[in-house]
Amino acid sequence: MSEPLMSARGIHKSFGDNHVLRGVDLDVRPGQVVALIGPSGSGKTTMLRSLNGLEMPDAGTLAFDGGPEIDFSRPVPAAQRFAARDRSAMVFQHHNLFPHKTVLQNVTEGPVQVRKVPRAEAEARATDLLARVGLAEKRDAYPRELSGGQQQRVGIVRALALQPDLLLFDEPTSALDPELVGEVLHVMKSLADEGWTMVVVTHELQFAREVADEVLFLDGGVVAERGAPAQLFTHPREERTKQFLHRILRPLD
Amino acid sequence: MDVQLLQDSWWPMWRDAILGTIPLALISFALGLVLALGVALLRLSSRRLLSGIGRVYVSIIRGTPLLVQLFVIFYGLPTIGVTIDPWPSAVVAFSLNVGGYAAEVIRAAILSVPTGQWEAGYVVGMSHARTLRRIILPQAARVSVPPLSNTFISLVKDSSLASLILVTELFRKAQEIAASTTEFLLIYAEAAVIYWIICTVLSFGQDRIEKKLEQYV
Repeated sequence: MSEPLMSARGIHKSFGDNHVLRGVDLDVRPGQVVALIGPSGSGKTTMLRSLNGLEMPDAGTLAFDGGPEIDFSRPVPAAQRFAARDRSAMVFQHHNLFPHKTVLQNVTEGPVQVRKVPRAEAEARATDLLARVGLAEKRDAYPRELSGGQQQRVGIVRALALQPDLLLFDEPTSALDPELVGEVLHVMKSLADEGWTMVVVTHELQFAREVADEVLFLDGGVVAERGAPAQLFTHPREERTKQFLHRILRPLD
Repeated sequence: MDVQLLQDSWWPMWRDAILGTIPLALISFALGLVLALGVALLRLSSRRLLSGIGRVYVSIIRGTPLLVQLFVIFYGLPTIGVTIDPWPSAVVAFSLNVGGYAAEVIRAAILSVPTGQWEAGYVVGMSHARTLRRIILPQAARVSVPPLSNTFISLVKDSSLASLILVTELFRKAQEIAASTTEFLLIYAEAAVIYWIICTVLSFGQDRIEKKLEQYV
């Protein structure tokens, strides 16, 4: 088994009196796809956002291979925070595209402004990536001119253009109309097939089952169960995993 | 009605509107906006001292009459040895005033941009300052055009107060002509018409800018 690309240990986070994460561990190896599932309020989105510093945990450690270990129980220097953030890129639930920029500008903003990639090179790469998700002809459109599924595919391309080591997905399909979910999941599956390392917070259990290498079931701010999808979905060990799966898969029972 | 007087006074008043009122308003507004952005950022700061400074500034500007601010600067400051000519005095007073009112507009506009836009900026690797400049302010600018246009139109009208500190502008010219001819109603009504024409043109401009900015959102 290879060394983890990213390793988070004992992550704790409270919002006021609400202790959302109570010591979560997460290792991600290169090329692995990890799915975080669980009821709303279980802390899975907070966990994901702790991995790129959108949330600052109260305690715990985070390390990327070759980087320093960040200890959240002490003040984290900005340089460390930025270095960790640059290893990953996130796809948001509500795409968060920049409405005042075209599709192409959305994708090239990070590479050109932050990574200092020459504009021509960044645009060529962006155009390639857009073509790969079937949006080549939309490069000069504004986000509001796109469907929800197209917007989310641009969101994915914007993340890919940063050439991160790790892709983070925060419920990327839960704000979409049902008929638009498939096009986004297809893109994500093809990324997994290409060997991208991904952590995906999702309610799409079928996707988790088919694409993930490991599934973490979070409940009440802890990992209640973790395992390979074949095991976790067919023979869950924990009673609360069974109940959760039952509620999602057979909501009318 | 004295048609001859109307004809004789029309162009002199327009001349002082174009050489006095309009540049006074434009320059004060431009300086005021720069100041307002700074004050808005102070007010949004998480450091209590900085946000406190911003809040006190806004409170003083909005809690005192513009005419009093003008008099403090032009008639008051010379007693402590700071003498400023009428024109720069007016520019200073109006800029400080716009800085207070527009700061609140800009602050609200920045707050109206969804948090997700900040986060998207961070995720593509941008710092707080760069996200503010490239992602947040362009969107905030769109939201603030209507209220800032109103601030500007108010400023054009309020610039008539500068006549009281001897600045050569439209209303001062009207006062001079009225005093020498004693045709108060005619001349002041004429001045009112000129202000109205300028403000109406500005409102048209405001509509056009808003339509142009609407394309993006």
